[in-house]
Amino acid sequence: MSEKVLMRGSHVIGEAAVRAGCRFYAGYPITPQNELTEYMAAAMARYQDRVFIQAESELAAINMVIGAAMAGARAMTSSSSPGVSLKQEGISYLAGQELPAVIVNLMRGGPGLGNIAPTQGDYFQATRGGGHGDYRTIVLAPASGQEIADLTIKAFEYADHYRTPVMLLGDGMMGQMMEPVVLPPPVDVSLLPQKPYILDGAKGRPARLIKSLYLDPAIMEEHNWKLYRKYQQIAREITQWEEFMVEDARLIVVAYGTCARIAKGAIRRLREMDIKVGMLRPITLFPFPSKVLRELSLKAKDFLVLELSTGQMLEDVRLAIEGRARTHFYGRPGGVVPTPDEVAKHINLLYHRQELNGGENE
Amino acid sequence: MSKVIFKRPRYLKQNVFHYCPGCGHSIIHRLIAEVLEELEIGDKAICVPPAGCAVLAYNYLDVDMGEAPHGRAVAVATGIKRILPDRIVFTYQGDGDIAAIGTAEVIHAANRGERITAIFVNNGVYGMTGGQMAPTTLLGQVSTTTPFGRDISRDGFPLDLSEMLAVAKGSVYIERTAVNSPKNVRHAKKAIEKAFKVQMANLGFSLVEILSQCPTNWKMAPKDAVKHIENVVTKFYPLKVIKDESGIS
Repeated sequence: MSEKVLMRGSHVIGEAAVRAGCRFYAGYPITPQNELTEYMAAAMARYQDRVFIQAESELAAINMVIGAAMAGARAMTSSSSPGVSLKQEGISYLAGQELPAVIVNLMRGGPGLGNIAPTQGDYFQATRGGGHGDYRTIVLAPASGQEIADLTIKAFEYADHYRTPVMLLGDGMMGQMMEPVVLPPPVDVSLLPQKPYILDGAKGRPARLIKSLYLDPAIMEEHNWKLYRKYQQIAREITQWEEFMVEDARLIVVAYGTCARIAKGAIRRLREMDIKVGMLRPITLFPFPSKVLRELSLKAKDFLVLELSTGQMLEDVRLAIEGRARTHFYGRPGGVVPTPDEVAKHINLLYHRQELNGGENE
Repeated sequence: MSKVIFKRPRYLKQNVFHYCPGCGHSIIHRLIAEVLEELEIGDKAICVPPAGCAVLAYNYLDVDMGEAPHGRAVAVATGIKRILPDRIVFTYQGDGDIAAIGTAEVIHAANRGERITAIFVNNGVYGMTGGQMAPTTLLGQVSTTTPFGRDISRDGFPLDLSEMLAVAKGSVYIERTAVNSPKNVRHAKKAIEKAFKVQMANLGFSLVEILSQCPTNWKMAPKDAVKHIENVVTKFYPLKVIKDESGIS
């Protein structure tokens, strides 16, 4: 059933979601992710039992997704940064009510209305929970068309398995670029595990309740610890990353998504000049690959965090490295995307400066 | 032989209501439970309760319940109903929930003709939070945020949400009722029954507004509160069928 096609990233998300058995999609127009909403409008119509709703707002869309998840459906919504801010209320409820759902954020420049160019300015919002309360969202950051397809499928699997919202985090670049992709075979939803918590009418069983209200602080505390233990389990089980030319690297670039693609191009150029540089690419941003970074920081002495922001993932890298190596940062916020050449020049300068000063701190 | 003429409805749990003495919520809960039983739809009903005093409705109604964020009940209900079109899905919302923070959601759900039923409990105040002005607070009415009475120039007018929803083409049946007298309680039950029948017939959006007394936040004795509905509230919010295109008698 696998087939290779040339598709833009936003359409790959849509087609992979359809193949993952997504039965419910609600969205609201916002650039640069409209192609995904439009794809879902057409794709869901091909099936009698699937639902597409253009909601009146991002708030309504995420809350419709909550309802669809309560009713047992694989459900998804998508947006871009300002719209994802609006969805945070619902994402907090999904986490608190332990409901599965997939949220796509194709990030754009901000804060505020910002612009529609690719950035990575929503890292904190995505990985720190985003909404109110003590929770985390699984965050998947694809860096290629194929990975978009594979991680979209995974997003639905993780959401169901852990009963938690999962965010697919990309940007306008990821959504627009066209690459050959081997589409996954469709999932037979009828073979998926039953969900013993869904609301479908209490026929022949006691009535069920899905809630996040716990007025007794002791019970609320235990619910928070329960969620915490779940996030610990998630960290043990699904943390993913890619190591690229790190074996002999003296300097390791840490970058995800669009930035990681740019970094790869830069690293290939620098390797031709015999500069020992590699890359660690987090694929899951939550859970963050702290353990592998810790191990790498025992060997390499310099880490360069490259982001389309003023430095957000940088904090997670520093927390993982705990001062064992030097952390540097290069960022282009606001929708400016650096070229591999620009990044290569920066790495080159940094590399030689560190070599020359014998590794003293800057 | 004695004959049972009054009993606890099948879909009302054997819990003691937490509502204040004289509050209308407990009456409305009972009416819903009776209708679910009489129409034999309790075991395929899914209720979306609100934030507010009725947030604990799940302690009383013995049906599947899914909690919604404040104001989003009809959006959540939309998601449930679209996935399970043969179930009976209803929201239970106060005036702050449905007519202030959730106005956009309910207008668009009504306009799409979502096959859901909204029970809109209008007592003119935010009860749970301590009696602040609601969108439906009457002109001149004192609340904790209108200490000198609701003033048009500062606070605007009481909102006629039900009339607004009647304009939406997808709404089929909208009626305003009250639970301040035995006669009105009986009529409110008929309206709830009809609203569910509209959903069962797959006709479109249905809503029953119920004027309900809040003695605590109105700072009135219960007997004065029910009179206040008759003498004051219904003058601004008259009891009537606001829209009925159902063809159901």
